[in-house]
Amino acid sequence: MTAAELIAFAAFEGGVYAQAFPAFGVERRGAPVQAFVRFSDKKIRLRSQVYEPDYIIVQDSTLIGDVDVFRGMKPGSIAIINTEKPDFDGRVPEGVKVYVVDATTIALEELGVPITNTTLMGAFAAATGEIKLESLEHALRNRFSGSMADKNVSAAERAYSLIGGAA
Amino acid sequence: MLEIMEGSHAVAEIVKRCRPQVISAYPITPQTHIVEDLAQMVANCELDAEYITVESEFSALSACLGASAAGSRVYSATTSQGLILMAEVCFNAAGMRQPIVMTIANRSLGAPLSIWNDQQDSIALRDSGWLQFYAEDNQETADLHMIAYKVCEDHDILLPAFVCFDGFILTHTYEPVDLPSQEEVDAYLPAFTPYHRLDAAMPLSMGMYATPEYYMEFRYEIDRAMHRARDAFIKAGREFNEQFGRDYSSLVEGYRLDDADVALIAMGSICGTAKDAVDEMRDAGRKVGLLKIRTYRPFPGPEIADALKDVSTVAVLDKNISLGNGGAVGTEVKAALYGSDIAVYDYIIALGGRDVRKRDITAVVDLAEKGEGDMFYGLRTEVL
Amino acid sequence: MALGVGCAAPPGKALENKTGAWRVFRPVFDPETCNRCGMCALVCPEGCIHEDEEGMFVPDLDYCKGCGICEEICPKKSIRMEKEEK
Repeated sequence: MTAAELIAFAAFEGGVYAQAFPAFGVERRGAPVQAFVRFSDKKIRLRSQVYEPDYIIVQDSTLIGDVDVFRGMKPGSIAIINTEKPDFDGRVPEGVKVYVVDATTIALEELGVPITNTTLMGAFAAATGEIKLESLEHALRNRFSGSMADKNVSAAERAYSLIGGAA
Repeated sequence: MLEIMEGSHAVAEIVKRCRPQVISAYPITPQTHIVEDLAQMVANCELDAEYITVESEFSALSACLGASAAGSRVYSATTSQGLILMAEVCFNAAGMRQPIVMTIANRSLGAPLSIWNDQQDSIALRDSGWLQFYAEDNQETADLHMIAYKVCEDHDILLPAFVCFDGFILTHTYEPVDLPSQEEVDAYLPAFTPYHRLDAAMPLSMGMYATPEYYMEFRYEIDRAMHRARDAFIKAGREFNEQFGRDYSSLVEGYRLDDADVALIAMGSICGTAKDAVDEMRDAGRKVGLLKIRTYRPFPGPEIADALKDVSTVAVLDKNISLGNGGAVGTEVKAALYGSDIAVYDYIIALGGRDVRKRDITAVVDLAEKGEGDMFYGLRTEVL
Repeated sequence: MALGVGCAAPPGKALENKTGAWRVFRPVFDPETCNRCGMCALVCPEGCIHEDEEGMFVPDLDYCKGCGICEEICPKKSIRMEKEEK
């Protein structure tokens, strides 16, 4: 949910309406959970969950076996997956572009904890071009303070340049 | 200025700016973030209020009732099982004419246990004498708190109010909200002037015992105040619109109802999805509109009859069920339209957090046009 | 699944929720230095550490969510958290 919230914040900074919300299940950190984000030039009234995502972020690739994370994705849509071992090729629908990033390792190195939200935001910004790196940094500095902000910004930047943002 | 924030945080921020003097609440999902934020604000001395921690919702509202009787502007928030535990105090607060404002983060009731959204909790207390306002989005939620204090504290009204917004769907959603500044809120909402208050120097008993010679007249007075709240709400909404440029000066709000054959009726966040669905149906050449109910109590029966006088079919979306007799809103809409030729169908929908999509709204309109209604929509018959 | 009358269900549903899938780190127990005090089993929030027939303590990795509290409590430093490969 933190990732969705930060992406919405950064997108709004970039000048569009944004909406982020969770689909709550087990209320424990680390438990599988879905969260959704919408962007629009107009005020967003729709409240239903997202069934045909243009983009997905998979924070834990082990979920790919249990859940059809690619459901509803159309050709041209983008998946960003946190993994060390990208071996899920057979499951990716035709035409969906996949970016992989080992966000857990980056988060452990930059933050000291395996919390991948901010790293994956950097990857999302680079892979989709929907949010600018400056907006992302602003969102992170708004949410975190002091050295935590610096660490999260550098985690996001690492993933951003890894994917090849602004390319 | 629009800023992106969580719905619960928007509520806490606007409540802070309404300057409650006493807050008492008990945390319960999905209301928790509101009271966490407010407790933090009090602890940080950003809000000069007494925050009374208690061991249950019953005690929370009891503390609020006492503080209100002593002359304070008070605030609480709850949901679901918590609200039901408050039920006795709710009736007393209305009977004692205390203008308490309480946020309801709408959630279903057990059993079966569910933390997800519908509107069964506040609907279950529809007869308690509290005004009930339902918000479509987080902007309206925040704004209705200011209007609620203004209406409730009006000496012609003196009733408590629920400001209802859908649990998770709004409470946990981040979206842009324009929060008025402290100065702007102060200009709209003057300091609370109690009608009378508990004071040892001038002793007074409140909520006293009434014999059969008096009880009915007390209840009649509460009902009259509830009806006067229509005009008070409209007036407070107009003043709000003049100052902030957002219009809540009607108990109901029509959307694309001109020349509509079919009108949907709904309350709360489902109205947003319904508006998008109405746009799609209009684009496809179908004459469909939406009537949003903003105040469920007082019930806008005459306003509904007036807004729908030219439609042929009405489909009511009820996120609640009065077991044994259909949805609460549908039942009351039928009463409001009694004697007309309009066909009114009720649909029990989205109980316990089931997601509603645009295509569901369209499917309901299809059913209404075929004359099929007064039913649960979207039942998974395979598990029955 | 048909609905049970009165929201009633047989026991064992929690067993189907294999919280082990959430894990980033797994605990690795060193039998050489373990003094069999059982503190790990006592503090495990999932209750997934059991004493085996030889008196050694073993985690059930179907349910271990990798929180590391056992590593923290172990007086002999016999438990090491190792990163899972994902």
